[in-house]
Amino acid sequence: MEVSFDLLINAIIAGLMLGGFYAAVTAGVSISFGMLDIVNIAHPGFIILGSYIAYIVNTSLGLDPIVVSILALPAFYALGSIVYEVYYRSFEKHGQDSLRGLAFFFGLLFVTEVILNLVFGVDYRSVDAPYIGGSLSIGAMEFPYRMLVPCIVALAMFAGLQIYLSRTFIGRAVMAVSQDPQALQLMAVDPIRIKRIAFSISLATASLAGAFLVIIQPVIPSAGRDYIGRVFAICVLGGLGSLPGTLIAALLLGVIESITATFYGPSWAPAVAFGLLLLTLAVRPSGLLGR
Amino acid sequence: MRTPFFVLILTAIAAALYAAFHSIGNDYLFFAGYTVLQYIVLATAWNILGGYCGYVNFGSAGFFAIGVYSTVCLYTIGQSVEDVFPQFLVAPMQLIFPLPLPALIVVGGAVSGLVGLGMGYLTLRLRGVFFAIATLALAVVLETLIVNWEFVGGSRGAYVIPPNEIPVFGPYIDFLFALMLILVVVSLTVARLIERSKLGVGFATIRDDELAAEATGVPTLRLKLIATVLSGALFGMAGAPFPYYIGYVEPGSAFNLSYAVNSIAMPMIGGTTFWAGPMIGAVLLSTLQQVVTVTVSSAVNLLITGLLLIGFVIIAPRGIVGLWQDWMRRRAERAKGATPAAGAEGTPA
Repeated sequence: MEVSFDLLINAIIAGLMLGGFYAAVTAGVSISFGMLDIVNIAHPGFIILGSYIAYIVNTSLGLDPIVVSILALPAFYALGSIVYEVYYRSFEKHGQDSLRGLAFFFGLLFVTEVILNLVFGVDYRSVDAPYIGGSLSIGAMEFPYRMLVPCIVALAMFAGLQIYLSRTFIGRAVMAVSQDPQALQLMAVDPIRIKRIAFSISLATASLAGAFLVIIQPVIPSAGRDYIGRVFAICVLGGLGSLPGTLIAALLLGVIESITATFYGPSWAPAVAFGLLLLTLAVRPSGLLGR
Repeated sequence: MRTPFFVLILTAIAAALYAAFHSIGNDYLFFAGYTVLQYIVLATAWNILGGYCGYVNFGSAGFFAIGVYSTVCLYTIGQSVEDVFPQFLVAPMQLIFPLPLPALIVVGGAVSGLVGLGMGYLTLRLRGVFFAIATLALAVVLETLIVNWEFVGGSRGAYVIPPNEIPVFGPYIDFLFALMLILVVVSLTVARLIERSKLGVGFATIRDDELAAEATGVPTLRLKLIATVLSGALFGMAGAPFPYYIGYVEPGSAFNLSYAVNSIAMPMIGGTTFWAGPMIGAVLLSTLQQVVTVTVSSAVNLLITGLLLIGFVIIAPRGIVGLWQDWMRRRAERAKGATPAAGAEGTPA
């Protein structure tokens, strides 16, 4: 097959922008699963919830989806606190009953999807914003704003999270609780409170990621399922609990998926993440930047 | 109860059920009953790995679909023997194809079990949660493969036309129903055998404390692989007759998320540590679903399933069987409480 250079370059660019978006999608799981050891497989469900909130406000009030998602951050934070509280009281407190915890989150994922289905039906929903449709071209390179804007905001959010976690007291406590909760308790910090805060932050990222998703492509209630494989593949490939690792892995997956979609057809793209996940688990389970 | 005796009783119950359904002679009853029976097999299959070993399989729909599509594949080969095989093989192949349904069930089970083995080998050496995530992704990837595989219909789907009548049984759905009854007997027997054998004890040690089990010399990886293969094979066997039941298969219906949710929800609601638990959950939940689907809507029925799953894992983690055991124990205690020594417990029984 004749591989056009322009096509390849544009596939890589599209992949990098997609990767930036994937990083935002994965950030929450990287915190909850990587640092807190809470396997929140319902995270993609909450992302779709974020998409629909952005969709409702955008179509009724005409607000920019990203602005909506920032306004919705406190609500998602509160939702995160509630979910963690239920999870902690029902499962975590009684020792490691991971089986039921997993079933709990799986139930949440399913219920979110079904409720969205009941309310909005299975039609594709999309938002309206001035930057959707146009694109920036530099030479042969194309940067659709639809991809570029979410990617840039996602990277900003990612940088903010990394600074927060490494510089502030609470952020460092979150890192500490992922390493040794007992030692943290001896330092007179309540690990449960820290975990609740961290989990709430992780869920808040779903609001932003949801807005990015609905900007990039129209959503349906079941779209969350497509992201489960990707999210965990990125999380594991990046090394659990490492945000820089997550970013690298997200960009990598974005590029590989984009190239696959360009040269072999988009219907093969979902299999890429899984292949990568299995490969990582088989070859290097600790990930790229794992501890 | 000895196992042969158990099988005998189970077979007798199954035969009685079939005879009762047959005497009523309502086709809808057979169609609805088939779904319930199919869920008993799925729930029991999930429970072998999930309930006994504590390893969560989210990919039930994937394993089920492997069974479904191995049937579709063999059926399609059977329809076009002349095109698929080289000239010298056509005559012998025409003797073999179309394969009878029981053979298709065995093939479906074998393929699904093999996939379970491969996946398990790659992911079961790691923490349980990686296995759970890998199974989630497995369903997506298998669906991608099927969508891209034109031979079995791709995303358009494929028709599998069952014969109208079959000797001895009469209408074809009666035959399917009878086959599913046999699968139920097989899966319940397997589950009960595991529970009462050394294998079951080994599984339980993995569930309770895998590290300690490994340290005391339990071959955990081998046991987990056995569980994955058994469970995967039962999933595949439950899926194999499905194309004949539904008549038209497309990836969306074969990989339907409700299979994954139901096969987790049913054992969780029924109780995961006792062979009858998944069956109780499956009978209650799928009967409820049949009723709600007919009277309200199928979306509401999924919502109820999800909420019940969440409710049970939070409030009654040991399921209906657990609730019943607690109730029996309390009653026994109350009976003892009637004697003056421990009389603190309320009214005498």
